[in-house]
Amino acid sequence: MAALIVRRLFQLVPLLLGVTFVVFISLHLAPGDPASIIGGPTATAEDVESIRQKLGLDDPLFTQYFRYLGDLFQGDLGYSYQSNQSVAEAIMLRFPNTFNLSVASMIVATLIGVGAGILSAIRQNSAVDTLSTIGALAGVSIPNFWLGSMLILIFSVYWQWFPAAGFTQPPWTWAGLRELILPAITLGTGSAALIARMTRSAVLEVIRQDYIRTARAKGVKEKSVILVHCMRNAMIPVITVIGLNFGFLLGGTIITEQVFAINGVGRLMVQAIAARDYPMVQGSVLLVATLFILVNLIVDILYAWIDPRIRYE
Amino acid sequence: MESILQVDNLEVCFRTAHGEVPAVRGASFSVRPGEVLSIVGESGSGKSVTSLSLMGLLPESARAMGSVRFDDRDLLRLNGEEMRELRGNGISMIFQEPMTSLNPVFTVGFQLMEPLRIHRDQSKKEAYREAVRLLEQVEIPEAKKRMEQFPHELSGGMRQRVMIAIALACRPKLLIADEPTTALDVTIQAQILDLIVDLKDRTGMGVILITHDMGVVAETADRVLVMYAGRVVEAAGVETLFHEPKHPYTQGLLQSVPNVDDSLYPLNSIPGYMPKPGEIQRGCPFHPRCREAVEKCRDHHPPSFAFGTEHVASCWLGEEEGEAHGGSSAG
Ligand SMILES: Nc1ncnc2c1ncn2[C@@H]1O[C@H](COP(=O)(O)OP(=O)(O)OP(=O)(O)O)[C@@H](O)[C@H]1O
Ligand SMILES: [Mg+2]
Repeated sequence: MAALIVRRLFQLVPLLLGVTFVVFISLHLAPGDPASIIGGPTATAEDVESIRQKLGLDDPLFTQYFRYLGDLFQGDLGYSYQSNQSVAEAIMLRFPNTFNLSVASMIVATLIGVGAGILSAIRQNSAVDTLSTIGALAGVSIPNFWLGSMLILIFSVYWQWFPAAGFTQPPWTWAGLRELILPAITLGTGSAALIARMTRSAVLEVIRQDYIRTARAKGVKEKSVILVHCMRNAMIPVITVIGLNFGFLLGGTIITEQVFAINGVGRLMVQAIAARDYPMVQGSVLLVATLFILVNLIVDILYAWIDPRIRYE
Repeated sequence: MESILQVDNLEVCFRTAHGEVPAVRGASFSVRPGEVLSIVGESGSGKSVTSLSLMGLLPESARAMGSVRFDDRDLLRLNGEEMRELRGNGISMIFQEPMTSLNPVFTVGFQLMEPLRIHRDQSKKEAYREAVRLLEQVEIPEAKKRMEQFPHELSGGMRQRVMIAIALACRPKLLIADEPTTALDVTIQAQILDLIVDLKDRTGMGVILITHDMGVVAETADRVLVMYAGRVVEAAGVETLFHEPKHPYTQGLLQSVPNVDDSLYPLNSIPGYMPKPGEIQRGCPFHPRCREAVEKCRDHHPPSFAFGTEHVASCWLGEEEGEAHGGSSAG
């Protein structure tokens, strides 16, 4: 198990290198010039040129990339073109909000998805099943920004149950939790739908296995047959989907943070892209990519924990 | 001796796209303590469906009628919870596929302790000690080490032994073994059968042993039930059945040993095929394949005829010699 973790951590390095390269190249190839944005509308051509020189943007791409990598290996993510703030600091300031949002959404998505999936599997072709199928279809089809706006309209503006915007309190307090609920539902719904579909088909697959019949033949209560004997096996594919959906969710934070005015990495990234703030964009993307890879590492560890056949390989 | 299980006129129907199809039709039989009742018949004759109906494990599309008396109760009238309490406790079952019958993600110990914890309310410690004893009873070496292992670490024969240990954990009065050795090597087959017979002798439980293999029947059974197209067509003590089979189907089976369903030994003595459930048929279901069929067989289903005690067959050939035994089925 330890060997697996170490091996996977080493695989992280080339993966992240690839991410930096792709982000770097696509940023520099995209139209827009950070120097003229920084200079503003009144800047002369010389002003812009001197800014460009100061930022090293006139060096060949190749040189710029390796300078960036060199800094990166020393733990230096660079400084914002816009505010001169350290990128690492700017991100760490906002990261907790994004982290709380994505983890809360993941929890919402998993609870709803796994619950609905089990229900519709054991009541196959019943009203519950149909309802959950329709719900899942709606869940993946409804865009986040629309769902978020509707939830705000209904639950914040009309009924005033939950605050409409911002994370101001720590999430473990009641007030913080109330701030978290609507954004988490907004962001988690799509994933909940996918998880529900995967859970349903995984349970249906496992439930007809011989060992489930054995469990029943032993006199195991139906509840344990499903939740213990069946789910422990069905969780294997479901966890994969949960892990992959985490990437999906991280992408979704960008929109959800906009809708709910949450000061997170997603919003930071959008602002940075608009301003062609290369170091900030690269830093944020790198963080998101690391997070995604780490979550999938956790998924692999969970696999091994659930399935002894993997553990012993 | 008083029987522990008494099945009368068991009927099992499945709801399917083609309407209700009968898989078991009026089967009657009994099992006494300490005896092995063997059920033989071709694939699809209703052996598994019969045994699953005793366990209350039929799929939801199935409906069972008739009566199944066990311990002064009619199992077909029990509710789900009463039936669950009986499973793995009063009646246990082992299956054909040891490779897939154990849950791959739980240890042998967990799966073995489960019935003890459910039915005997044992603490973890008590159940552990009892489980180790059970593994030793089914002759698994290094029992304590096995407790921590997962099914994929055991061979097929070992897994079937674990299944037997699980089935016997709560000392059932009746063990149903549905082709317990079909998936195993020949040498392992013999060991597992010996083990079952040996445990039966020690505990005095009754055993229903379902098999395709007439050799297995000859070696282990006390009495034999021959099923054909959902019906019991002949029932007799094992000696009687092998020496004086009355039903032409039984005679055909005996000629086609060693293995009824082995493709290497086609049923050349019984050409044709067994009607599927729901296939419309008149008269005796076997008559299209029967060499001795007469006019009557085509139009009238034969009732059961008794030949002395403990031997019944449902075939018109026995009309002269046998004694009408009531119903249209043997048992
Ligand atoms: N769920 C089901 N729905 C419809 N028909 C079924 C179902 N299960 C079994 N049957 C039918 O019931 C009949 C008896 O099946 P059963 O499994 O009892 O045969 P068997 O004697 O055990 O055969 P085998 O030797 O192959 O195990 C078969 O014709 C089968 O098609
Ligand atoms: Mg069968």
